Amino acid sequence: MPCRMTSLHQLLASVLMMAGLVGPAAAEDPNGARRKALHNMVVQDCGSCHGLTFKGGLGSPLLPDDLEGVDDSTIATIVLDGVPGTPMPPWRGLVSESEALWIARGLKAGVFQ
Amino acid sequence: MNLLRGLTVLIATAVWCLTAAADTALRGTGDLGVIIERADGSACIISTTERAILSCVDGLGDLSHASAVFSPDQRYAYIFGRDGGLTKLDLLERKIAKRVIQGGNSIGGAISDDGTLVAVSNYKPGGVKVFDATTLEQIADIPATYGSEGKLSKTVGLVDAPGRRFVFTLYDAGEIWMADFSKPGAPAITKLGTAGKLPYDALITGDGRHYIAGLFGEDGLAHVDLWAEEPVIERILDGYGKDDPAMPVYKMPHLEGWALAGDKFILPAVGHPELLALDAVTFKEAGRVKVHSQPVFAIARPDGRQVWVNFAHPKNDTVQVVDVPSLKVVHEFKPGPAVLHMEFTPRGHEVWVSVRDADRVDIYDARSFEKRGELSLRKPSGIFFAARATRTGL
Repeated sequence: MPCRMTSLHQLLASVLMMAGLVGPAAAEDPNGARRKALHNMVVQDCGSCHGLTFKGGLGSPLLPDDLEGVDDSTIATIVLDGVPGTPMPPWRGLVSESEALWIARGLKAGVFQ
Repeated sequence: MNLLRGLTVLIATAVWCLTAAADTALRGTGDLGVIIERADGSACIISTTERAILSCVDGLGDLSHASAVFSPDQRYAYIFGRDGGLTKLDLLERKIAKRVIQGGNSIGGAISDDGTLVAVSNYKPGGVKVFDATTLEQIADIPATYGSEGKLSKTVGLVDAPGRRFVFTLYDAGEIWMADFSKPGAPAITKLGTAGKLPYDALITGDGRHYIAGLFGEDGLAHVDLWAEEPVIERILDGYGKDDPAMPVYKMPHLEGWALAGDKFILPAVGHPELLALDAVTFKEAGRVKVHSQPVFAIARPDGRQVWVNFAHPKNDTVQVVDVPSLKVVHEFKPGPAVLHMEFTPRGHEVWVSVRDADRVDIYDARSFEKRGELSLRKPSGIFFAARATRTGL
């Protein structure tokens, strides 16, 4: 079932990411406490507009399928600078560039669901 | 030892019997309410008299942005979930009475003044759907079509108005519409006109007269006097933020009928750490209040003397209390990380505050500000007391 495949895929991505086996050098990734805080922020605060399950709301859906083919850096730039003329605010100052990339990879891998 | 053990069993049995008796005893529901556990898809039924959770009911879907309205007898809560779910929760039986998935993505709803219709505001596919409050069968579908290409707009700020009517705002189209169900058959739809760019939410006053929509895309709000023979939209507080650069908005403010406090409306500014005071007769600015950060909810205590305010991420650990006659902050405290919502008991003696990231709901005396109790809930968000059943617009 495609549904099960997705969750397995997500689980694997999540485990790999936690182990620091995917993505850039582990030194750039947020550490334990910060990572936990960021994870909570993405789920709860991004989730306020994009939905806790990222199926969308006032903001666009952000499921792996929706982000397929979009560069990590493109997503990170939207996180950092927002989308002018829409309610998407710039998160620069609250998250660093490497954290924005970590969020982008996490969204694409579905680790926040 | 044996005696002690026997005594413990005896006491435990007695407590269990008392609890079981309480569950089946006759009771009213006027002091009950619902608290959303947003991450778990669960709604907890609480008693404001006992300051306790009676039961948590699972299976309500994605409640990342959930709200509730109540049947006139205050037995049922209708809960609107983000995933398009509409759940009718029985507060007495403490279980789901009915549940339908009515849309792809919904934002809120309203119940008609006669309690027979429940309307839901949708992001996907947009528009408003209306259901029979008893059976949850669909009665009407109102697509919010706009522009020459017939695009579908998300809808926000859906409220009930007296006379079996609903008023709502089209987020993408920037328009305000009214649906009148007072006559049998299809509703009469009136397009009241243009509110402005990106209206994000709206309120109706408890008397059903004034509808006010907040704008994200412009510095100003839109007002409709529904007592007028032919209601028209007037812009109010235009350019309120023009003198200061706007801050990023990490959480949209919310508007509800509790904005009316005495002779003023107290409204959250968008992108500014301010509350806007609006004269409730002339609809001109009546002052401003500098507050801790960007306000999300500004909720008048039921007597209107004070307004309690919470704030957007990342300064969302704080609550401020504003005195309405002097427009001054008279109290500030930090309940904990991510204060999401506040709800007053019907006559305003206590206020319940959800502190999401502390997994807690705090109960405060609304006059002395002393803490009266706390409840443990998982990621609590919206708090809705059954007495809302008696208020237009809530």
